[in-house]
Amino acid sequence: MTQLALVIDLNVCVGCHACVTSCKEWNTSGSAGPLFDERPYGADPTGTFFNRVQTFEMGKYPNSETLHFPKSCLHCEDPPCVPVCPTGASYKRKEDGIVLVDYDKCIGCKYCSWACPYGARELDEKQKVMKKCTLCVDRIYDQSLAEIDRKPSCVKACPTSARLFGDIHDPESEVSLAIRDEGGYALMPEWGTHPANHYLPRRKTKLKIHNDELERADNPLKVDGQLPKPSKGDSSMEDVSAW
Amino acid sequence: MKPAFSVIFLTTLIGTGQGLFLALFTHQSYSLFGLLPLQSDDFYGYGSALALLLLVCGLSASFFHLGRPERAWRSATQWRTSWLSREVIVLPAFMSVVFFFGISHLTGYRPEIVTLRSGLGIDLSVVLGVIGTILAFALFVCTAMIYACLRFLREWHSPLTVINYILMGGASGFTLAAFYTALVAPSQANFFVSWAVIITFLAFAGRSASLARNARLKPKSTMQTAIGIKHPHIVQRSMGSMGGTFNTREFFHGKSESFLRTIKPAFLILAFVLPLLALASFTSNPLLLGFVFMLQYVGLLAERWFFFAQANHPQNLYYQTIG
Repeated sequence: MTQLALVIDLNVCVGCHACVTSCKEWNTSGSAGPLFDERPYGADPTGTFFNRVQTFEMGKYPNSETLHFPKSCLHCEDPPCVPVCPTGASYKRKEDGIVLVDYDKCIGCKYCSWACPYGARELDEKQKVMKKCTLCVDRIYDQSLAEIDRKPSCVKACPTSARLFGDIHDPESEVSLAIRDEGGYALMPEWGTHPANHYLPRRKTKLKIHNDELERADNPLKVDGQLPKPSKGDSSMEDVSAW
Repeated sequence: MKPAFSVIFLTTLIGTGQGLFLALFTHQSYSLFGLLPLQSDDFYGYGSALALLLLVCGLSASFFHLGRPERAWRSATQWRTSWLSREVIVLPAFMSVVFFFGISHLTGYRPEIVTLRSGLGIDLSVVLGVIGTILAFALFVCTAMIYACLRFLREWHSPLTVINYILMGGASGFTLAAFYTALVAPSQANFFVSWAVIITFLAFAGRSASLARNARLKPKSTMQTAIGIKHPHIVQRSMGSMGGTFNTREFFHGKSESFLRTIKPAFLILAFVLPLLALASFTSNPLLLGFVFMLQYVGLLAERWFFFAQANHPQNLYYQTIG
């Protein structure tokens, strides 16, 4: 069984929003119809997005740090949004685990968005159907594209390669290795939704130097300093007195 | 959550309709065993018509909740997993049983189906009434489970949600039945008033219990679990949009904390306390009973508003600051 997913490396994400704009660009141009925007240049713009980069601040000034946090549908392995759908428009594909919405069946009752703890679903105010990340399902299988381009739009756009894409059920895949070796974690594990998308934590490389590593115990200069200093008339012995 | 008026009217109107039907059939059942004088067919027939009217209004209101109402028929397909789908099936089924129950009375077409060993004749309207009663309770369960099954909306995820939907629908239905009876068969009004007092009291107890439970809830999801960072002080600086989104509109009631604090005692007084005080006088004055019903219904509208507004969705953790 395959479970396609994104692994997002928070250590590398710089919060540039390139994934947001490329996602919007690709998904608003597809055959499923545009992602609605209202008052895009007005004072209070609103619109449908599959992917957003959020920014959080941890700690208080001056000891604060900034975290850029890209968020899209996590393609849960046990998606709570799917069984609640009354029409079957919301479904999880068996072959690759992508959670999708059939825009032709959706009645826009919003119940699935209530059932998603992550707020990953957005109602398109124009088409009046629920929309969400498709992992660019219209792109990753497109044989007319070069193989290197058969990746979600956001992954292709990321300038720092913070977004990895692959099958998390294949233990040797790039994404599985990243999760396993670099501490990949899931969001809100308390609800048992088993999100397929994982996040790699921010990691700081620190060099730990102990004091005894700075001052060598067997430094001959230090050894000399520690020996008793004989008076001028005394005879001196090597290794016993300072000179 | 944002209280949608379509859903507030749907749940309160069909709840009252179900309660009214249950009240009428309770009376018929009592009469069947000779505990109360059987009323004319018109009494049950027009009563059912009133119940059906409420159900139709509720169903109509629900369509305003849909983005694509023309596809509503599709929502009956996923009854294996979705409580919403089950409600979509049970509601029209219940409506048709109420319709035929009313027709059976209004036309007087009540052929005897079975005769019990005691010699008691069970006619068509009784059979329809029993099926209707089962469906009325099934519909209460479906409606309430739509909310109670969402495990991370913890204010709703409790058996009290189901119990309270049954009790509050029953209370308003029996109060309406008391009003209706006071108009057309005043001698029977006290029967419905008594039941209305009992059910309203139980609903008051049930709703108070759920309010007490919700007041003690501690959120399971926190900023730390939402983004997976262990730090006691995390603030959102930007939700990734320059303006409002579906996520900021759908999941917050948009009213102030003080408004929320006002509406809670308001609905408790309007829906439970005042109706209880008025009903406990065992009046059969139709004017007063009509007023009590309106008061209670308005109280239940406020109750339903509060029911939605109080539910705090964990997705709100991700949508706190536009910027």
